[in-house]
Amino acid sequence: MYSFDFEKPSTIDEAVAALSSEGAQALGGGQTLIPTLKQRLNAPEKLVSLTGIAEMKGVSSDGGTMKIGGGTTHGTVAKEAKGSFAGLAKLASLIGDPAVRNRGTIGGSLANNDPAACYPSACMATGATIRTNTREIAAGDFFDGLFTTALEEGEIIVGVDFPVPQASDYQKFEQPASRFPLVGVFVAKYGDRVGVGVTGAGEDGVFRWAEAEEALAGNFSPDAVAGLSHSADGLISDLHGTAEYRAHLIGVLTKRAVAAAS
Amino acid sequence: MPKDGGIGASTKRREDVRFLTGKGKYTDDININNQTYVYFLRSDVAHGTLNNVDTSAAEGMPGVIRVFTGKDFEGIGGLPCGWQVTDRHGEPMQEPPHPVLAQGKVRHVGDPIAAVVAESLEQARDAAEAIDVDITDLPAVIDMKAAVQDGAPKVHDDLTSNLCYDWGFVEDNRQAVDDAIKSAHHVTTLELKNNRLVANPMEPRVAVGDFNDATGDHTLYTTSQNPHVIRLLMGAFVLGIPEHKLRVVAPDVGGGFGTKIFHYAEEAFCTFAAKEIRRPVKWTCSRSEAFISDAHGRDHVTKIELAMDAEGNFTALRTETYANMGAYLSTFAPSVPTWLHGTLMAGNYKTPLIYVNVKAVFTNTVPVDAYRGAGRPEATFQLERVIDKAAREIGMDPIELRRKNFITEFPYATPVAVEYDTGNYNATMDKLIEVADFAGFEARAAESKARGKLRGLGVNCYIEACGIAPSNLVGQLGARAGLYESATVRVNATGSISVMTGSHSHGQGHETAFPQVVADMIGIDASQVEIVHGDTANTPMGMGTYGSRSLAVGGSAMVRATEKIIAKAKKIAAHLMEASEGDIELKDGAFTVAGTDKSVAWGDVTLAAYVPHNYPLEEIEPGLEETAFYDPSNFTYPSGAYSCEVEVDPDTGKVEVLAFAAADDFGNVVNPMIVEGQVHGGIAQGIGQAMLENCAYDDDGQLLSGSYMDYAMPRAADLPNFVVDHSCQTPCTHNPLGVKGCGEAGAIGSPPALVNAVCDALQRAGKDVKHIDMPLSPSRVWAAMNG
Repeated sequence: MYSFDFEKPSTIDEAVAALSSEGAQALGGGQTLIPTLKQRLNAPEKLVSLTGIAEMKGVSSDGGTMKIGGGTTHGTVAKEAKGSFAGLAKLASLIGDPAVRNRGTIGGSLANNDPAACYPSACMATGATIRTNTREIAAGDFFDGLFTTALEEGEIIVGVDFPVPQASDYQKFEQPASRFPLVGVFVAKYGDRVGVGVTGAGEDGVFRWAEAEEALAGNFSPDAVAGLSHSADGLISDLHGTAEYRAHLIGVLTKRAVAAAS
Repeated sequence: MPKDGGIGASTKRREDVRFLTGKGKYTDDININNQTYVYFLRSDVAHGTLNNVDTSAAEGMPGVIRVFTGKDFEGIGGLPCGWQVTDRHGEPMQEPPHPVLAQGKVRHVGDPIAAVVAESLEQARDAAEAIDVDITDLPAVIDMKAAVQDGAPKVHDDLTSNLCYDWGFVEDNRQAVDDAIKSAHHVTTLELKNNRLVANPMEPRVAVGDFNDATGDHTLYTTSQNPHVIRLLMGAFVLGIPEHKLRVVAPDVGGGFGTKIFHYAEEAFCTFAAKEIRRPVKWTCSRSEAFISDAHGRDHVTKIELAMDAEGNFTALRTETYANMGAYLSTFAPSVPTWLHGTLMAGNYKTPLIYVNVKAVFTNTVPVDAYRGAGRPEATFQLERVIDKAAREIGMDPIELRRKNFITEFPYATPVAVEYDTGNYNATMDKLIEVADFAGFEARAAESKARGKLRGLGVNCYIEACGIAPSNLVGQLGARAGLYESATVRVNATGSISVMTGSHSHGQGHETAFPQVVADMIGIDASQVEIVHGDTANTPMGMGTYGSRSLAVGGSAMVRATEKIIAKAKKIAAHLMEASEGDIELKDGAFTVAGTDKSVAWGDVTLAAYVPHNYPLEEIEPGLEETAFYDPSNFTYPSGAYSCEVEVDPDTGKVEVLAFAAADDFGNVVNPMIVEGQVHGGIAQGIGQAMLENCAYDDDGQLLSGSYMDYAMPRAADLPNFVVDHSCQTPCTHNPLGVKGCGEAGAIGSPPALVNAVCDALQRAGKDVKHIDMPLSPSRVWAAMNG
C-alpha cells in the first residue's frame, strides 16, 4: 500500500469539497478498494471516507419507493428490505460474507460497477434511480461497461431509489472461487411490466434481458420463459464457464427467479 | 480401554491450546534486533532473456541497504535436486541449474530477479519498483505435449530438450505387457488429467536469516517440514556452510502439505544476505506471492489401459504419463511421478503385468513437487477411474470387479518392485458398505429423483506406500538422502522426559501422540513427556515429516531409544534393590523384582541416575539419555475403501457432495482422534482437488488462478459430514508399533470416489459420460452432460 492522506467528513458538502482536490478518491466500505490498495494497484493521494455521513445512511419507504442511502451497508439492506422488498433483501444477504456485508455499501458497489457485482442487476431490473450530489441518473444510463459508470470526477452516490415491485427475486449462481455471481438474475414484477437484470455474464457488464421481460409481462410464470434461450454472443468466457454455459444459466436462473417470486 | 494418555487413547491435542489462543510462535513472530526486510522482484513474464537489471535508482531510495541480483550469486551453488532419476535407457535425468536469483533468463512468472533489502518492507517494495529490468520476451512452453515436440522453445538452452527424463518401469516388462494387452479379451482405455494444485497452507512461507560475525554462526528460521534437510541442502550444496556453523529452526509451522519440504531460494537468500550486510534479513511471503513461488502439486496427463480376460481378471496394465516439472527441478520433484507413483500402480490388485512410462517435462511454470500424497494420488486416481470404466464396459458391478482382483495373500510382491506386508482389502470394503449404508442408496436415489436431482454413488480403493523408507532402497532408486528418523530420549532427574525428535510437527499432533507412545512404554503419565522438535541445535539429525512417515519411522526411533532407556533403568533398579537385572520388571511406572514385593519407583531410579551416590558406576555411566536412529526395512502400506454420494443438478451441472465415507486400515492406532482429524483434513483436500481447485495457466504462461478470486479452496460448507472408520487393522509387520501412517490417505483415496460418483449419477440418468476431468466444476459437468 502506498501512503495517502485520509479524511472522514460528516456531511455531503464536506465530502464533495474534500474530493475536489487532485488525486482524491472516495472510499465507501472499502471491500474492493482496500484490497487493490494493498496490492499497489491503485495509488490515490487522498482517501475520503463516506462512512461518517449520517444523511447517506439508512433505508426508508415513501409511496412505493424504497430510498436507500449510498452509505448503507449490505447487512442493513438485507435486514430493512426484508418485509417489503424480498428480492433486494435476498440479494444483499448473499453478498460476500458477514464481514463484507457489514462494511460494504450499496453506493460503493454501484460506483465500482464490477461486472459480477450483485446490486446492478436489481437496479436495472427495477429501473432504479441513482441520486448523486448533483443529479439523478436512471439505472439504464448509469452503468457504462466494466468498472465504468456515468459518475463524474468527485461525484458521490448519495442514495438509490427503487420502485418497489409487487414481487421480486434474485438468483445467484456462484463462481466457485470468488463466490461472486458467475451469473446473477434479478426479476422484478410490476403492474404493467417485468424487469430482468443480468449480472456476471455480460462482456459489457450488467444488462436487461428484453425478450424475457416481454414474455413475462403477459404471463408472469416460469413457463413463459421456458422456451426462451439467451444468446451467447457478448457473454463472458473464462476459467469458470463458457459464454454458452452462462447463456444457459441466464435461462435457468430467470425461470427460477420467476418461480420463487410468483 | 487404553490407559489415559497411553497408546490408543483419544487424548486431546495439547498443542491446540497455544494454537487456538494465539500463543503459538511461528516464523513470522520471530523478530531479531536490527532486522531488515527483503522484497523479491519477480518476473511477470513466463519466459524471457534477462538483458539487464539496473538497480542504480533503487539503491538510492530511502531505507535501502542493498539490492541483490543474480550476479551476486555467480559462483555460488544453485538450489540442489535431492533425487536423481535414471531414464529407460540408463541415462541420468537432465538436471538444469536452479539459481537463487535468475541468471540470464527468467523461466516462469514469479522467478525471482532481484532482492531489495531495506529498513522496512514498504521501503523495499518502493525500491523494487524503481528497478529497471530489461527482458526480451521469449515464447513460453506451457502444454507438456507441445513442450516435447521437436522445435519447441527450450526452457533451458543448455539441455537437449524439455524432456527431463523418459522413465520406464519395469522396463523389462515392457514387451510382455504390450503382448498381454494386444491379446487381451477386453482392454479399457482412459485418458485423464490430474489437475495442478497450489498447496495453500494457512501460514505462507517465511524466512529469517541471522549471522553472528563474532562467532561465524548462521541461523535460519524458516517454515519448513524438515529443518535438518534444509541445513544439509543449503549448507552443503548452496552456501558451503558446515553444519556446526549453521542452525536451522522451524518453529510452529502452520501447515505444510508437502510444499514446505523443499529448499527454496528465499531461505538461501536470507541466510546469505544476513552475512553480506551483517544484519538479520526477514522475508514474509504474501498470499499472492505464494501462488507464484510455492512449489505446485500434481499436474499429470495420463493414458491408462487395463487388460482383462473374459472373467474380468486383470491381466495387464499399461500407463503413459506426462508429468510437469515446471521450470526448475524442485527438491524432490523427479521422485514424485516415478518412485512414488509407478510403484503404486498395482493398487490393491493382483495384476500380474504392469508397465509405467513417465515423461517428465520442463515448462515455463512454477516448479511442481510433492503435495499431500505425492504421486500416490495420481496413481490411485487413474487406476480407480479405469477400473470403474472397465466395470461399466464389461457389465460387472464395480465393487465385484475390484473384489475379484483383490490381493488376498500377504506378503505380496507386486510386479512394480514393492512388497506389501499386510492388508485386508475385503475387510475395509465390507466395512465401507456397512458404514456408508449402501443398502439404503437406491431409496435415497429415488428420493433425489423425486426432487429432480441425479444421485450417484462412487466407490474406490486405495493403497499407499508410507513411512518412507529404507535408506538403502531409496538410495538405489536415486535418493540423495537417507530416510531414517532419529530420537533422543532425555530422562530428567525427577523422571520427566524430553524427547528430541527429527520429525517435525506442522499440524499432525506429534506433541500429543508421541508422548503417548513413550509414556505408555514406561507406564507414566503422558503429561510427564515433552516433545522437542524443529531446531537443528537441539535435536538429532532427522529427515523430517512428509510421506505419512512420522509415527511409523520417527515413532519407531522413539521406541528404540526408550527401549535403551528402560534397559539401563533396569540395571539401576537392580542395583538399588540388590536384585538380579534379569528379574526386574517395569510396570505402571514402577520397577519390581519378580516374585518379591520389592519395588522402586520410576522417579527414584531416574534420580539415582543423576545423583549416583548409590549407583553401579563400575558397570554403567550416570545419566539417563539415549538416542536411536531407526531405518525401516520396508515402506508401510495403509489401504482402504472410500465412497461418496453426490447429487447433480441437471439444470446447471452443479454437484453437491452429500456423503463421504472412509474405511481405512492404518494398522495400530495411537490416538484415534488425531487419526480421524488427519483423515478429515485429507478428504477435505481431496474434495478440494476433485470439485474446486484448479491451477490454470494461459498459453503465455500467466497464472489465471493466481488468487482466491479464481482459485477455489474448499470451505466447510462445501463438505458433508465425514463417516470415518479405522477399525480394520492389520498391523504393520516390520515396525515396533505396527503402525502405517494416516496423513495422506484422505487426499489419496478421495478424488476417484467423487469422479466415480458424478459419472455414476450421470450414467444412471442415461447420459453417456465416461469421464470428466477434475475439478468437477458446474460448467464442466454441464458440458459433459450436454456434450
